[in-house]
Amino acid sequence: MAEFLQLVFSGLTVGAVYALVALGFTLIYNASDVINFAQGDFVMIGGMGTVFLAAAGIALPLAALMAIVGAVIVGLLLHRLAIEPARGASPVALIMITIGASIFIKGIAQVVFDKQFHSLPAFSGDTPIQVGGATILPQSLWVMGVALGLFVALYLFLEKTLLGKALLATAANRLAARLVGVNVTIILALAFGVSAAIGAIAGVVVTPITLTRYDVGTMFALKGFAAAMVGGMGNPLGAVVGGLLIGLLEAFGAGYISSTYKDAVAFVVILLVLFFLPRGLFGGRSVERV
Amino acid sequence: MLTVENLNSAYGRIAVLHDVNLEVKAGEIVALVGSNGAGKTTLLRTLSGVQPAASGRILFEGKPIERMEAHARVALGISQSPEGRQVFGPLSVEDNLRLGAFRRRSPDKNTLAHVYDMFPVLAEKRRISAMSLSGGQQQMLAIGRALMAAPKLLLLDEPSLGLAPLLIDQILGAVVKLKAEGITVLLVEQNASAALAIADRGYVLETGHVVLEGKGSDLLEDPKVRAAYLGV
Repeated sequence: MAEFLQLVFSGLTVGAVYALVALGFTLIYNASDVINFAQGDFVMIGGMGTVFLAAAGIALPLAALMAIVGAVIVGLLLHRLAIEPARGASPVALIMITIGASIFIKGIAQVVFDKQFHSLPAFSGDTPIQVGGATILPQSLWVMGVALGLFVALYLFLEKTLLGKALLATAANRLAARLVGVNVTIILALAFGVSAAIGAIAGVVVTPITLTRYDVGTMFALKGFAAAMVGGMGNPLGAVVGGLLIGLLEAFGAGYISSTYKDAVAFVVILLVLFFLPRGLFGGRSVERV
Repeated sequence: MLTVENLNSAYGRIAVLHDVNLEVKAGEIVALVGSNGAGKTTLLRTLSGVQPAASGRILFEGKPIERMEAHARVALGISQSPEGRQVFGPLSVEDNLRLGAFRRRSPDKNTLAHVYDMFPVLAEKRRISAMSLSGGQQQMLAIGRALMAAPKLLLLDEPSLGLAPLLIDQILGAVVKLKAEGITVLLVEQNASAALAIADRGYVLETGHVVLEGKGSDLLEDPKVRAAYLGV
C-alpha cells in the first residue's frame, strides 16, 4: 500500500507537468488549429532561464519571473515570425513549422546556455512529508498547487471573460470572429503568449525535481501531446485528466514493471487512444447542423 | 452613408467584381439582387473587409475604408450577418450575442434585451449551444449578433436562404423594423421579389457588373428583372 501511494504521488507530480504542457497545446490548438510542438521548449526555457539567471546572482523569484517573461517573448516571436507569415497554410504545414522552430530553439539554447544537466534548489526545502507510510516532497506540492492554480485561472479566463470567449469564438469560426470585430492576429498572439507562460511556469516548478537540459523539451512535448490526445485535443479539462493519467501510468509502469519502459507507457497509451478512441476521452464534439 | 466607387475584387486571378458603383444613403434599405455567382456575397465581404479590394474606393461616412482591417470597420459601425449564418457553434446563444458587442466599450444590457425582444426564441434558448439551434433560429442569431454591435450600416447576406416561407416573412419583417429604428440596411438576396418589395432602392448584379439600379418598386415592375429573377 505504501508503495502504491508512493507511485501515486510521483505519478501525480509528473502528471501535473504533463497536464500543463497539454494545456498549452490545447490553448494554441483552440485558437488556431495548430499543434505547437515547440510547447515543450517553453518548459525548457523556463527551467534553464531560471538556472542561469539565478547563477548570475539574481534572486530566485526574480530570475523565475524573468525566465517566464523570456519564454513569453519567444512564444510571441514564434507566432510573429513563423506562424503569422504562413497564415492560410494547412495545419500540417504549420505543425511542421513548429517542429522546425523547436529544433531551432534547442540549437540556440545549446549556444546561449550549455549542454549540461542543471537543477534548482527546492522552493521549500527537501524534507519529505510523511503521508500514510509514503513520502512526498514539498516541491511536489508546489508542482501540483501551481498546476491547479493555472488550470483554474485558464478556465476562468476562457469561461468568464469576453476576451476568453473571443478566443473560443476564433477557434469555432474565424470568419465570424473577424466579422464581430475580433482582431484574430492579436488573439493568436495571445494564445501563443499565454501558452509559453504556462509552459515556462511548469519548467520553473519542476526543475528542482526532474533536472533540466537544453533538449528536455522534446520529451515534455511528446508526453504533453499524448496527454492532450488522451483527453481529447482542444478540451482543457481533458488535457488535465490526460496529463495526470499519463503521469500515473508512467509511475506505475516504472514501479511495477520496469523503469526501462517508463517512457514507452505514454506512447503505448497514445497508440491505443488513436486506435480505439481517436477523439480522446472528452473530445466528443458533435456534428454541426448545416 | 456608403459610397462604392469602381470597386474590383478577385479570388486569386479570378476577377469577381468589375468596377462596381453603388450608394447607400442613411436610413435606406438597399437590396442587392442577382443570380447565384453574380458576386453579391463577394461584394458584401469586400465591404466588411474579410475579402480584400483589388482596386476602387469604399467610402463610409466620407472616409475611405477599403484598406482598413475587418475588425476596425466593425468599430466604425459596419456589421455583417454572413451567408450561411456562421454562428459560433460550441458557444451558447447568449455568448454568441455578447461577442457581437465585442468592439463596444460599454455594451449595454438594452441592446441584448432588444434583440431578445425581436427574436423571443433566442431568449428561450439562450443557455444552449448555437449549433443545436434550427436553421431559422441560427439565422435569427446571426442577425441578432450583428445587431449587438449597434451598427449604423447592417449588411445582411441571404437571410432567407433555406428558410420556410413563414420564417422568411418574419425575418424580412424584422428588417423593416430595423429601418424604422434608423439602421441602414444593405440586403443581399436571391429571393429578389421579397427583397425588392421591402427595399427603397435596388441594384441588380450580373457576373460582377451592376446592370440595373432603381427604386425597389420600379425594379419589381421591370420586364428584364421579372424575366431573369422573378420567374415571371
